Amino acid sequence: MKNHLLSAADLTRDDAELILATAGEMRALADRPIKKLPALRGRTVVNLFFEDSTRTRMSFEAAAKRLSADVINFSAKGSSLSKGESLKDTALTLEAMGADAVIVRHWASGAPHNLANAGWARSTVINAGDGTHEHPTQALLDAFTMTRHLGALDGRRIAIVGDVLHSRVARSNAILLQTLGAEVTLVSPPTLFPYGVETWGVQTSYDLDAVLPKSDVVMMLRVQRERMNDSYFPSAREYSRRYGLDARRMATLQDHTIVMHPGPMIRGMEITADVADSDRSVIVEQVTNGVAVRMAVLYLLLGGSEPALGAADHAQSATGAEPTTEENDA
Amino acid sequence: MSSTLITGARILGGEPTDLLLTHGVIAAVGSGLEATGAEVVDASGLIALPGLVDLHTHLREPGREDAETVESGTRAAALGGFTAVHAMANTDPVADTAGVVEQVWRLGREAGYADVFPVGAVTVGLAGEQLAELGAMADSAARVRVFSDDGKCVADPVLMRRALEYVKAFDGVIAQHAQEPRLTQDAQMNEGELSGRLGLRGWPAVAEEAIIARDVLLAQHVKSRLHVCHVSTAGSVEIVRWAKARAEQEGGWTVTAEACPHHLLLTDELAASYDPIYKVNPPLRTAADVVALREGLADGTIDIVATDHAPHPHEDKDCEWQAAAFGMLGLETALSIVQHTMVDTGLIDWAGVAERLSTAPARIGRLGDHGRPLAVGEPANVVLYDASATRVIEAGEMSSLSRNTPYAGMELPGRVVATFLRGKATVLDGKLA
Repeated sequence: MKNHLLSAADLTRDDAELILATAGEMRALADRPIKKLPALRGRTVVNLFFEDSTRTRMSFEAAAKRLSADVINFSAKGSSLSKGESLKDTALTLEAMGADAVIVRHWASGAPHNLANAGWARSTVINAGDGTHEHPTQALLDAFTMTRHLGALDGRRIAIVGDVLHSRVARSNAILLQTLGAEVTLVSPPTLFPYGVETWGVQTSYDLDAVLPKSDVVMMLRVQRERMNDSYFPSAREYSRRYGLDARRMATLQDHTIVMHPGPMIRGMEITADVADSDRSVIVEQVTNGVAVRMAVLYLLLGGSEPALGAADHAQSATGAEPTTEENDA
Repeated sequence: MSSTLITGARILGGEPTDLLLTHGVIAAVGSGLEATGAEVVDASGLIALPGLVDLHTHLREPGREDAETVESGTRAAALGGFTAVHAMANTDPVADTAGVVEQVWRLGREAGYADVFPVGAVTVGLAGEQLAELGAMADSAARVRVFSDDGKCVADPVLMRRALEYVKAFDGVIAQHAQEPRLTQDAQMNEGELSGRLGLRGWPAVAEEAIIARDVLLAQHVKSRLHVCHVSTAGSVEIVRWAKARAEQEGGWTVTAEACPHHLLLTDELAASYDPIYKVNPPLRTAADVVALREGLADGTIDIVATDHAPHPHEDKDCEWQAAAFGMLGLETALSIVQHTMVDTGLIDWAGVAERLSTAPARIGRLGDHGRPLAVGEPANVVLYDASATRVIEAGEMSSLSRNTPYAGMELPGRVVATFLRGKATVLDGKLA
């Protein structure tokens, strides 16, 4: 595995499967009375957030703390207009503090690449979402959640629906899910597809109703109402009518199909409340799995070669794919 | 004034001959020249070209003297073989009055490394709302003939029409930075397969082509002179080709166009590094565009190579891509890039290089004393170039105050050995004289 996790494309299939298997072990830990491992004791992990994201920051913080790492939260909020503290100076500061890993969320696409490659710092860099580029740990936690419900993803059909153009979640998922053998279909109005999406190796469709019955997973993306002002679509109402997931559309899904959303949702826009709160929805579980997956990533990038848990635990839950009957029957 | 005898130079790559430069002019050309008291420059194996003329240079002064000054920029120009540069108007204050253009012109004269011809802004403050005093700049000591809002597009079609019409009174030319602003809001790189993957907002080819198409029709309609800055796409080449055919048929109006060295060599794939050294406007395009530009430059559709030399201080490039400034250094590497992409590939010969980097840009800028043939009685603006040399580009060795060259670490052919401005050496042995 590479030193950094900047893009889902950094991961080979073996890398991705190792992370998911390790996440399975970490997930099992959540059911124990003591949820903490000593694996990263004495290591310093910095959450470096140039953009607000309470959920992702908390998830990484919990993951690092459960591995006994020291966690420093560094919020250097700034927009592209008011740059705030420069990324370079921040990196130099963190380097001076002896950070072992930097988890970076940034408004600029590629900022984690700069952090890892510009020679400013030697820390391991984990991309926690950069601009409209990628969010690889989100894709990993999504894949992990899917495997827990569906088993291996080979040949599984996964629909990702919404604002693909501006979505780092869609980019990372499109890459990772294909690495894991799934068939990905992106569904969006034509205005919200990136230029050149036909080269991504995915299927694309403008017609949500045609895609839903064939899908094993339906992942809804957040659509910001502001996009309306840029004429990506005429109105929120028309968007919801054509690309929103409501009870009527949910009824056309196969029995085992799950509904996902990376959050935060806009209920009533891309997803109705009854769908978000339905038995098919694994949205809350995604959050739980996020901590386990981020523990696995931190452990594998920082911890080195030894197994995270004892050998017995390792054998017990090595696959990470444990479909639970209740959820499958929903 | 002393004399210089250049021996054994191959004028435009031809047979070796001698040139005697006296009192700022070429006093004699021929083999076996002798001149007592003249300084002798052995130019065996070197190619002699007329001093290069850049129609598109950012010297940054006044306002951004941390990036470049007229003096540092003209030093870089001399080292690149240039004897004349056109200083773009997007300074602070903007070169939109006779006062500012005269200041820049004087700074160039004082520096003495290359003649500086200021470009006047088309609109006040480059704001695209009101014509600047084009006539006053034309009548000033700087004798401005080239007008441009470069960095910004004169997007308003009425304003563009008026500008094209107005400059006819003093034989001016409007050099358009063709970029439809709405189609390129916050644009970061060429819109293509890669921009989609990298999550960087795209700058589509159509945003350039649509403006060029409009402008050539405007130039035709009002019978004026249009120059298209930094053509970067295959589609733009096609439109200019069409326009030139029309203009030639009809007469009374002209369209000229320039390509930048970096667009002749580099492609958008470099953006995958997220290294803002490759961030430039218009952006690096695809390999197919590079081929079309080279062909267009070879067949005369694109008249000239202009550097768009755009110095930026280190901190404006040592940052996130989106936060970084657009632009690349160009003066000190232009001739090497042209050799590499156009001469060594067999597309043009050295006479073609002289036409595209000296004669034609001087003609477009209406410069009487530059871009002249290397012949008796002509101004002694000469560059001696070693086409057989190779060099590895080092950012730290640039004479520019800035370091933002995209060619660092690349091995490029050719080396400027000497540059003469009106007979006076500005560069000798590859160093400032």
